[in-house]
Amino acid sequence: MLTAVIALTLLALILGLLLGFASIKFKVEGDPIVDQIDKILPQTQCGQCSFAGCRPYAEAIAAGEVDINRCPPGGESTIQALADLLDVEPKPLDEECGVEKPKMLAVIDEQRCIGCTLCIQACPVDAILGAAKHMHTVIADECTGCELCLEPCPVDCIDMVEMTPNPNTWRWPDPSHVQLERGERV
Amino acid sequence: MTKTLGFFPGGLKLPGHKKRSTQTPIRKTPLAKRLTLPLQQHIGSAAIPIVEVGDKVLKGQQIARADGHVSVCLHAPSSGTIIAIEDHPIPHPSGLTAPCITIETDGEDNWVERHPVKDYRSLSTHEIRQIVRDAGIVGLGGAGFPSFIKLNPGVHHTVETLLLNGAECEPYISCDDMLMRERADGIIDGIEIMQYALRAREVILAIEDNKPQAISAMELALASRPHLQNTRLVVVPTRYPTGGEKQLIQVVTGKEVPSDGLPIDLGIVSHNMGTAYAVGRAIHHGEPLISRIVTVTGKDVPHAGNFETLFGTPISELLTYAETKREPDEAFILGGPMMGFSLSGDNLPVTKTANCILAGVDDVAPAQEPLPCIRCGDCASACPASLLPQQLYWHSRAKDFDQTRDYNLFDCIECGCCDYVCPSKIPLVSYFRFAKTEIMNQERERKKSDLARDRFETRQARLEREQREKEERQRQRKAALAASKAKKEQQEKAAETADADNKETE
Ligand code: SF4
Ligand code: SF4
Ligand code: SF4
Ligand code: SF4
Repeated sequence: MLTAVIALTLLALILGLLLGFASIKFKVEGDPIVDQIDKILPQTQCGQCSFAGCRPYAEAIAAGEVDINRCPPGGESTIQALADLLDVEPKPLDEECGVEKPKMLAVIDEQRCIGCTLCIQACPVDAILGAAKHMHTVIADECTGCELCLEPCPVDCIDMVEMTPNPNTWRWPDPSHVQLERGERV
Repeated sequence: MTKTLGFFPGGLKLPGHKKRSTQTPIRKTPLAKRLTLPLQQHIGSAAIPIVEVGDKVLKGQQIARADGHVSVCLHAPSSGTIIAIEDHPIPHPSGLTAPCITIETDGEDNWVERHPVKDYRSLSTHEIRQIVRDAGIVGLGGAGFPSFIKLNPGVHHTVETLLLNGAECEPYISCDDMLMRERADGIIDGIEIMQYALRAREVILAIEDNKPQAISAMELALASRPHLQNTRLVVVPTRYPTGGEKQLIQVVTGKEVPSDGLPIDLGIVSHNMGTAYAVGRAIHHGEPLISRIVTVTGKDVPHAGNFETLFGTPISELLTYAETKREPDEAFILGGPMMGFSLSGDNLPVTKTANCILAGVDDVAPAQEPLPCIRCGDCASACPASLLPQQLYWHSRAKDFDQTRDYNLFDCIECGCCDYVCPSKIPLVSYFRFAKTEIMNQERERKKSDLARDRFETRQARLEREQREKEERQRQRKAALAASKAKKEQQEKAAETADADNKETE
């Protein structure tokens, strides 16, 4: 009887120590939750979620103030990733915020631009270049496709165009979706 | 001096199908009316045009310059007029268009002034690299990596071995075979220059044993240059994919290039035979890379063979010249049956990496729907890169891309051995290509969103600062206003008292 008690006590002690050690050694070292959420958001900075950018939305999610389904540019995959991170059920995108669209790019018709600089003030990522009274251009690599510059332009000279894939950014199709033409191999 | 050879795991013994295209000497493809030259025919950044529509150009004249470090120049393959600089379909699996320069040839084929180098030993290695870069030379084995970079081992490496890859292991392809048979001397000219540029201690020429004529031609050419030190020819067994860079290194040296390493880490630099020939032409004759040997072969090509073809020549014209039985726009394979891809469209040009055009594969298995994986493991035994294709397949299919990386997806050379042996006919390589481009796309997106976050935060900070400055200015203005008001009042008061004084004195 006594030996059993001693043995069990010892065992409990050892296991307890092990657990304590493990919790120190394998401590989850993550960024604060806001950073992690912000990392998942697409950074389009379009405000469709009704916040002034992705970071404010991330803060609101972290505070538990809003749902995770308010980001149209991120769409389904972003909602899924947020659900995984926060361990909640994914929901369909809130239609009130918008719909998922292909990635777009703003292009300024330089013939029509009057150089009023209003779009520069609207662009959340400073992707538009130009001086007052001179035509403006969008830096294609930095445009996030947020569409915030469309509204302010007094002469409606900004268009959103779909990003066309080029051979360097092109992706092979998913073989489970395509009926592959087989028989090309020897 | 026979050394025992090493070997690589897996691989296949495949029917060669090379006889059909090696019966006749290399022929010259007739000059096409129009030559369409994609600005990017190499790995790296596209070249930048330095000509304009309407310009007259001479054969060999530079028409686009290299952009940045990983890039090469582009030249007019024949004399004529630039008629377009615009997007045009290119031979790429996507079927997309890309920027191209189109030349309407004048039929004169007039050369620009060339500057052959009399004695390459009078040049510094840097000068040699520059000439190779300006000549637009890229690896002609298939991938098209700019060759001048591989002539620059960098200060931290010394080159032990320069390996010349003449394995040409993929069925049907015979352009290197024919080049070695007919132009062995030209190849060795290039090899000498490469050895000099790299200061390589030894040179090994590796050729598969199914090319006896090429082997004897190269041996003969080597024997006529007794001054060549430490240069030897190694005959390697015919086995697919011996011509893979890492596989050939394993066979010839017995050493394995580590998963995240490069051949140079083992002191090895390898080049293709065709590339060596191009280097020789560039230095000794001042000729840029404007043509290559293309194998045109297959069941439907009665006049199969190898064709010295100017870049930009429409592939359809080349097929017609070889009297291919084919309907307009009928699909063909660019590359070999294992690693090539199917293309269609008659408007596609021959580019620097086009080693073979295959129309009609012999003994094609009838098309079959893939069956479920039976976990037989045949794919793993066939894989020359020691990967686990079955696991890669499961994870690629489930879009578990992090997992595919853990299984070294990027070590896959897309040789197709796993596909070939899979009893369930699962298109494994298609899954791996899909997963690779998806991962690369995710990386690009992540970089882009990181950039957007940075720019957003910088802007946010700037706006706040501007706001603060504005408030500060307003505050100052207010203060100044208040101060001047007070002053004015004082003055007025003073004036009033003065006035009153004056009145009093009046
Ligand atoms: S809706 Fe727009 S601003 Fe809001 S999180 Fe998504 S991308 Fe960012
Ligand atoms: S808002 Fe329109 S007109 Fe004004 S600068 Fe921008 S593009 Fe030009
Ligand atoms: S060879 Fe095909 S069936 Fe066999 S394990 Fe590999 S993928 Fe599965
Ligand atoms: S294609 Fe890739 S996975 Fe398949 S055998 Fe070749 S290297 Fe291995």
